[in-house]
Amino acid sequence: MSAFLAIVRRELSSYFASLTGYILIACVLFLIGFTITDLLERLNQESTDVPVTEMFYQTWYFWLILLLASPLITMRTFAHERSSGTFETLMTAPVRDIEVVLAKFASALLFHLLLWMPLFLCVLIVRYYANDTTAFGPPLLASAFLGILLLGGLYMSMGCFASALTRSQIIAAVVAFVLGAGLFLLSFRSLFGIPRLGSSAKILGYVSMIEHMQDFVRGVLDTRHVAFYVTLTVFFLFLTLKVVESRRWR
Amino acid sequence: MNDGAMIEASGLTKRYAGHPAIDDLSFTVARGEIVGILGPNGAGKSTTLRILAGYLPATSGFARVAGFDVFSQSLEVRRRIGYMPENNPLHLDLRVREYLLFRARLKGLGGRRMRERIDCVLEQCDLADVRHSMIGQLSLGYRQRIGLADALVHEPELIILDEPTLGLDPNQIRAVRQLIKDLGGYHTVLISTHILPEAEMTCQRVLILHEGRILAADSPENLQQHVGSRGQVTAEIAAPAAALREFLEGLDGVAHFNVAPLDGEFLRCALTPLPGLDLRPALFAAVRDRGWTLRELTRSRPTLEDIFVHMTRDIQEEEAG
Repeated sequence: MSAFLAIVRRELSSYFASLTGYILIACVLFLIGFTITDLLERLNQESTDVPVTEMFYQTWYFWLILLLASPLITMRTFAHERSSGTFETLMTAPVRDIEVVLAKFASALLFHLLLWMPLFLCVLIVRYYANDTTAFGPPLLASAFLGILLLGGLYMSMGCFASALTRSQIIAAVVAFVLGAGLFLLSFRSLFGIPRLGSSAKILGYVSMIEHMQDFVRGVLDTRHVAFYVTLTVFFLFLTLKVVESRRWR
Repeated sequence: MNDGAMIEASGLTKRYAGHPAIDDLSFTVARGEIVGILGPNGAGKSTTLRILAGYLPATSGFARVAGFDVFSQSLEVRRRIGYMPENNPLHLDLRVREYLLFRARLKGLGGRRMRERIDCVLEQCDLADVRHSMIGQLSLGYRQRIGLADALVHEPELIILDEPTLGLDPNQIRAVRQLIKDLGGYHTVLISTHILPEAEMTCQRVLILHEGRILAADSPENLQQHVGSRGQVTAEIAAPAAALREFLEGLDGVAHFNVAPLDGEFLRCALTPLPGLDLRPALFAAVRDRGWTLRELTRSRPTLEDIFVHMTRDIQEEEAG
């Protein structure tokens, strides 16, 4: 456990030791600011019964941030250690492979959540000035936060997997982006694709992240969605672990 | 615990894509020994050390460190070793003390003992002055010592250093060698190097590796005797040339000799003895009895370099013939 915490600490500090972390935070902050401005304008134009979190989500900035920031957060995790050679000193220290994978995943996820924190601050500010507090109820915010957590977990685990495959951070970022964007685009097939009957439409409906997220931001907690993200995250972490272990049987 | 062997390797083989990097290595290292693995680049030194450190698995054969199998009990082994890989990779974005704190935590140290150990290795490796400097801004000499400090911080039983003096200047090399020598006794040390005098100076025993196989494993002195039994004797003697030649012709055990005039009345004699003989006492006795003057008497000691060239040449001749 102390090794796990040591790695988490080191990983988190590495985001702030280089400029990468600050630039990411600044860019995401900029996009969130945009979103909030958009949102306030819409709120001023007409009255609506749509929750604020859903309105935020409908601006699509959410997906832009998720798809673009995730590969940049995770590209460093394993690829950098491999290219600088520190992977060897790490793996010859008395730490289990799974501790390394989980610690790197956990720190990427923590940083990802940190990126989203300004959003909740903005929502709280809007709530302060709006007279109607029910539109910003804690359950709604918690559900939206859970959605960000679960989607973030999945994208971080895919990113860790991509990073473990290579020693080049660029390749790691590209692979992670392709995986993430690919999964995201599947939901378009079910939303806007040719309406199909039968099992394929049903399956596409299950993996549609846009629909999942729509539920989360409305405050609907569907265990199917939770199970979907948790299993996929575990699956990618398992793959990452196997890649890390592969040096022992290659 | 077993018979006190720190490292036991048997039939260790590693193939990369079918090509053997090391081939059937068997050796043991006793506790407290300083052992050097010597060999040219690509001889399989780093591969051997990586297997022992639990980073790579062997294709076949087994190795035990302190009685634990390096593959199936890797974690137990890794707790007991301090390993510094080749080129000594470090986190360049950390400060020296931060890095050592991270590494110490990773190795399960904590609390007061961790801080004591870090202060201790900072002192030991002469890093106290730079403890708050960024590693990326330090010179190679410092970085190498940071790697050493990392290897030592958890007081491992076995220290494995891959080319510890690579890229250092002569003063730094001397300091690192002294440090390694001081470690012997408390720790078992296994170092690899392609610089032969280094092994000669620091190691009690050397394994000579060539193309993945062990050519020789012995103390530097014994290896020297083995090859150096035909060591040439050089003497500078002031004596009548004819008398000297006559004496040398009559001396037992001389394969052949050569006498050349030097300055004044001194003559330079170069004697090649028959294998296994030392001609120096006989030569000295003759000079004393006859009242000649002796100003130099040396027997050439082959360096490990000679031994190495000698052995690898033998191998190549065998393969050619």
